[in-house]
Amino acid sequence: MEDTIMNQLKNFTKGLLKENPVFVLLLGMCPTLGVTTSAINGLGMGLATTFVLAMSNIVISLIKNLVPSKIRIPIFIVVIAAFVTVVQLLMEAYVPALYDSLGLFIPLIVVNCIVLGRAEAFASKNGVLSSAVDGLGMGLGFALALTVLGGVRELLGSGKIFDMTLYSPTYGMLAFVLAPGAFIVLGYLIVISKKMIK
Amino acid sequence: MSKKLESNFKNMFLVLFVATAVSALALSMTYNATKEPIALAKEAKQKAAIEEVISGFDELQEQVVTDASGNEIKIFDCLKNGESIGKAVQSYSTSGFSGKIDVMVGFLPDGTITKTVVLAHAETPGLGDKMDVAKSDFPRQFWDKNITALQTNGKVQVKKDGGKIDAITAATISSRAFCDAIDRAWEACNNNNK
Amino acid sequence: MEYILLIIGAVFVNNIVLTQFLGICPFLGVSNKTTTAIGMGVAVVFVITLATTVTWLIQHYVLNVFGLEYLQTITFILVIAALVQMIEIILKKMSPSLYQALGIFLPLITTNCAVLGVAILVIQNDYDLATGVIFAAAKALGFAFALVIFAGIREQLETLELPKAMRGVPSALIVTGILALAFMGFTGLVK
Repeated sequence: MEDTIMNQLKNFTKGLLKENPVFVLLLGMCPTLGVTTSAINGLGMGLATTFVLAMSNIVISLIKNLVPSKIRIPIFIVVIAAFVTVVQLLMEAYVPALYDSLGLFIPLIVVNCIVLGRAEAFASKNGVLSSAVDGLGMGLGFALALTVLGGVRELLGSGKIFDMTLYSPTYGMLAFVLAPGAFIVLGYLIVISKKMIK
Repeated sequence: MSKKLESNFKNMFLVLFVATAVSALALSMTYNATKEPIALAKEAKQKAAIEEVISGFDELQEQVVTDASGNEIKIFDCLKNGESIGKAVQSYSTSGFSGKIDVMVGFLPDGTITKTVVLAHAETPGLGDKMDVAKSDFPRQFWDKNITALQTNGKVQVKKDGGKIDAITAATISSRAFCDAIDRAWEACNNNNK
Repeated sequence: MEYILLIIGAVFVNNIVLTQFLGICPFLGVSNKTTTAIGMGVAVVFVITLATTVTWLIQHYVLNVFGLEYLQTITFILVIAALVQMIEIILKKMSPSLYQALGIFLPLITTNCAVLGVAILVIQNDYDLATGVIFAAAKALGFAFALVIFAGIREQLETLELPKAMRGVPSALIVTGILALAFMGFTGLVK
């Protein structure tokens, strides 16, 4: 791959829509469904994952030639887990409210299939710059999907978006904030994105 | 592109060892760097909650008491010019829907509940999280009321159990747990006075 | 009695897939056929129970003792990965027939967030070892239970004529949503 600006731009934007990790690749479903009770939670989780994705992609592409292929997966997991813990500690220190509301799903970024998937499919075969761009693009695509999903659930369920009240929560359909709504909204969002891409 | 390292035992062992060692080192550095901000953030949260429930104090006296189940409850006596103007009690309940609930409850010396602040909980978003005043008016029915006016037979209970509290719709368990935390706070406060 | 309530709560009321969103990837991935769903379910019960026992011991006798709690995530995931590999090797040697039945599911389990999720939940809930292991096994049973039910529904779903964009995952997600609604009926069963 040539390192032209155009190519990098393409590399960056593919994650946003055409290869969106959630809507198209269907990866990383657990945090997608679990934390999106509101748009702000979705955004927070998306950005945390973006950080881990970009950083682990950079490190893995740097060390790719030093890693014997038989143990590459454990090494990738160690690198990813280290960055996840860094994010966890930073969030606890500087955004404690978000840390509390994301809870269990922060350490679970380790087992988010997107992170390991990009490490294996992209970073272990490409240069540092491309890997960083790929990580950022994929991460932001993930963040976008989570924010949209969180926004729709928050709007339908409690009449708010980013904590701004649009209509009275009395008319909100509670089921959308609860577990069943997560599955149903995501199902329909995938249908819509399939139609849009076509 | 340079050649990949061969997958023999020595290489695999060395690489895995170096990778884990480097990660552990990096993590211990981050841990030490964030230890202080984390402690500060927690302290700030606690202080903000105390100020929320009892305002206008100029001195805090912290006491830690142990309840019947052997857990710690923190009582902050709020003093103004040396006189107690109320107590902020950091109480908890383990009978919630999922996990422990931490609540800061403010009491005036005559037993009136000033305000409640939920510090931590893992209740279902949209249901149990309504115990937070930002989400619903549920906690307001406790505010500015004397604890004895809320109790039935010495306990704060939801209407379903014969008490006086309107439970959160579809979240009776969380509501019971909230009442339990209030009771526990009052009990700790009372035992301490004797 | 206390344990029975714990088990019912973990399997039905707080079902790991339908209310806590853990293990969705394998839930959607291997639920096409009832037979594979049962195989995966058994493998997950096995791994989760074992992994939780080991991680509990490590948390209480290594991490807590040396004040290394911040290494929890990295240690747990490595232990789980190693454990899955070991189970695979042991099964291959000891019981080829069991290996044939479960073998293909094992590598997938490392990245099943239900395993790491349950291990961390047990530590967060501050359970003792016996309670923790029972809780973990019950959570895993809940996973298997949801997976098998869902596979049954999905087999029927295949025969429907759906709009093209709805086929596959979207319809599966919507059905899961309805299943989750049904499971909400269990709320309040315990406590």
